[in-house]
Amino acid sequence: MATLYLQDIRKSFGPTQVLHGVSLDVADGEMIVIVGASGCGKSTLLRIVAGLETQTSGQVVIGGQDVSGLEPADRDVAMVFQNYALYPHMSVFGNMAYGLKIRGVPKAEIERRVKEAAELLGIGALLERRPRQLSGGQRQRVAMGRAIVREPKLFLFDEPLSNLDAKLRVQMRAEIRRLQRRLGVTSLFVTHDQVEAMTLGDRLVVMHGGHAAQIATPMEIWAKPADTYVAGFIGSPAMNFLRGTLSHGGVVATLPGGVSVPLPGRAGADGNEVLIGIRPEHLRPGVGGLSPVIELVEPLGSESVLHGRLPDGSPLTARLPGAVHPEGALALTLPPESLHVFDAGSGKRIEAVA
Amino acid sequence: MDLAEKTRRRRRREAVVTHLCLILGVLIFAFPIYLTIIGSTHDVNTIGRGDVPMVPGGEAVANYTQAWEAGGGRYMGTPAGRMLANSLVMALLIAFGKIAISLTSAYAVVFFRFPGRMVCFWLIFITLMLPVEVRIIPTFQVMVDLQLINTMTGLVVPLIASATATLLFRQFFLTIPDEYVEAAKIDGAGPLRFFRDVVLPLSVTNVAALFVILFIYGWNQYLWPLLIVNDRSLETIVVGLTKMIGGGDSQNEWNVIMATAVYALLPPVAVVLLMQRWFVKGLTETEK
Ligand SMILES: Nc1ncnc2c1ncn2[C@@H]1O[C@H](COP(=O)(O)OP(=O)(O)OP(=O)(O)O)[C@@H](O)[C@H]1O
Ligand SMILES: [Mg+2]
Repeated sequence: MATLYLQDIRKSFGPTQVLHGVSLDVADGEMIVIVGASGCGKSTLLRIVAGLETQTSGQVVIGGQDVSGLEPADRDVAMVFQNYALYPHMSVFGNMAYGLKIRGVPKAEIERRVKEAAELLGIGALLERRPRQLSGGQRQRVAMGRAIVREPKLFLFDEPLSNLDAKLRVQMRAEIRRLQRRLGVTSLFVTHDQVEAMTLGDRLVVMHGGHAAQIATPMEIWAKPADTYVAGFIGSPAMNFLRGTLSHGGVVATLPGGVSVPLPGRAGADGNEVLIGIRPEHLRPGVGGLSPVIELVEPLGSESVLHGRLPDGSPLTARLPGAVHPEGALALTLPPESLHVFDAGSGKRIEAVA
Repeated sequence: MDLAEKTRRRRRREAVVTHLCLILGVLIFAFPIYLTIIGSTHDVNTIGRGDVPMVPGGEAVANYTQAWEAGGGRYMGTPAGRMLANSLVMALLIAFGKIAISLTSAYAVVFFRFPGRMVCFWLIFITLMLPVEVRIIPTFQVMVDLQLINTMTGLVVPLIASATATLLFRQFFLTIPDEYVEAAKIDGAGPLRFFRDVVLPLSVTNVAALFVILFIYGWNQYLWPLLIVNDRSLETIVVGLTKMIGGGDSQNEWNVIMATAVYALLPPVAVVLLMQRWFVKGLTETEK
C-alpha cells in the first residue's frame, strides 16, 4: 500500500516518441484506470511503472521513494498480464508461491498466504492443478492470486480481462473491484474498454497519442470532457460534433445550415469557430433545432439508436426512448444545458462563462 | 448392404497391402541384424567355411564370453567390456557436454542483450558450414600441442561444441513468451534462477530428444577416435570392431566379431528404448 507519483514521464523507442510527458498523482488505495485506443502508450506507461521498461526522462516515485533506477523485483509491485503468464510447468500453488519463495519467505508463511489468497479467490480446490488444466476464468484468478500473495505496494493490471468471454468479464470486473477495495492496494489498471474503465476506476487517465488527455473521475470525464478526443472516446454511442460560428456576443452558435443554437453561456468572441458536442441520449424530439434524415434505426428494447444525416451530409446519432421509430425526416432539439463547446482549432473544451 | 460389403472389402484390401509393405520393410532392416545374432552363436569354423547358417548354433556362451573378456580378431584386441565402457563414457560426455554448452550459449544469445550478440550468434552459425572432417587435421595439431593425444579429454572435447544443438535450443527459447521473463523479473528471479526454474523445466522434452540423437552421434564416432587414440585401453567399440576384421589374408573370427557387434548394438538400443518413454510422455503432456 503506497502512493504513486509519476512526474513528466517521457519514452522514446529509437526515434519514435511514444510518451510525451505523463504526470500522475495517485493516492494510497486508489484504483486508477488507464484507458485509450490501441497504440496510445498505455502498456508502455504501465511497464515503466513496473520497471520492465526504462523511461527516457521523468521520475517514478512509489511510496515516497524514487524507484527510477530500481529493478522490477526491488520496486515491490505485482503485475497481472493479459495472457496471465502463468508458468506452465508449475502447479497453481507453485505459481502463486514462486515470488515468495525467491524472496526467502519461510515455508509455513508461504503456505498460509497462498491458502488465504486461494480461499479469497475461490480457487482453494485447484492448488495442485497445472495452468493448462484450468479454464480461462480460473487462470485469471490464479494470476490475481499470484499478485495478491506478494502483498505488494502496487497492483498493475495490463488488460487482464480481454481474454475472457463477455459474461465472465463482467463478473471478474466486479470481483477485481471488490477485492481491490477490500485489500486497499493502490492499483493501475490498463484497458481499452470504456465500460470497464468507467465501472472500475476511482479516477481515469484517458490517453491519447502519448499524452494524458484527461485525468479525472469517471463522472467528471463523462460530464466535462477536456477535449474532443475524450468526448468522442467516452460514451456509447459516441458524442455528435457540429461545427458552428459564435455570434450574439458569443452565446449563440450558428450552424452551416443557418440554424442558431443557444449555448449554456458565453463561449468566446463573435466569429470564433467552435465544435458543439452533444451526446446521442441528450437529443430530444422537437422542432426548432436539427432536422436530420434517419437512415437506420437500431431498436435496443426500451430505447432505440437512430443513425441519420444532417442536410449538409454530416452524420448524426440519437438515442431516443421507445422501440418504434420510423425512418425518414425527424426534428430534434438541443437542450442548452447538455451541450459541450470545444475550440474548433485545438479541440479543447471551452467552459461557458455565465 | 452392398455398399457396406464393398467398404469392408476395401478396408481389408488396404490393411493387407499396408501390412505387406511394412513387413517387407521390417525384413529388409532386420535381416542383417538377425544374421549377426545367428552368426554370434556358431563356432569359428562354421562361418569360416562360407556357410551362412540361418538357425542358432550352440556356441553363444563361449563366443560372448570370449568377446567380453579377451576380445578377438587379428590382434587379439581389447576386451569388449573395456571398449564398451570407453564408448559409453565418450558418448555420455559428448551428449551431456553438447547439451550443457548449447543450452547455455543459446540462453545467452536469446535472453541477453550484449554488444556483439549477433556476432556471437553468427560465429556459432557458420561453424555449421565446417564439418568435423574439414578441420580434423588442425584440431589434431591442437590436441598434440596440448598433449591430449590418447586421453579421454582429447577424445571428447573437440566433439563437444555443437552449432546444431545451439540453434535448436535458440529456436525453442524464442518460442518462450516474453511474459514469462517479465513475470519472473517481477517475481524477483535473477537470470540463473530463471534458467533453472523456468527455462530448464520447459526444455526437458527437447533435452531428452536431443540426448538420444547426440548419444548415438557420440557412440558412432569413428574418424576422430581412430586418429587420436592408439592406446588399446582407450579403444572405443566402433573403432575396435573394424580393427578386428583383418585384411583378407587371415581368417577372421567372425563369431567373436559378431558377438562384439551385438554388444555394440545394445547401449544405443537401450537409450532409444528408455528415452522413447520420455518422448511419448513429453508429447502427450506438452506444456505450453
Ligand atoms: N519495444 C518497442 N519498440 C518500439 N516500439 C514500441 C515498443 N513497444 C511499444 N512500441 C510502440 O509504442 C506505442 C505504444 O505501445 P503500447 O504497447 O504502450 O500501446 P497500448 O496503448 O498498450 O496499445 P494496446 O491497447 O494495443 O495494447 C506503439 O506505437 C508501439 O508500436
Ligand atoms: Mg497494451
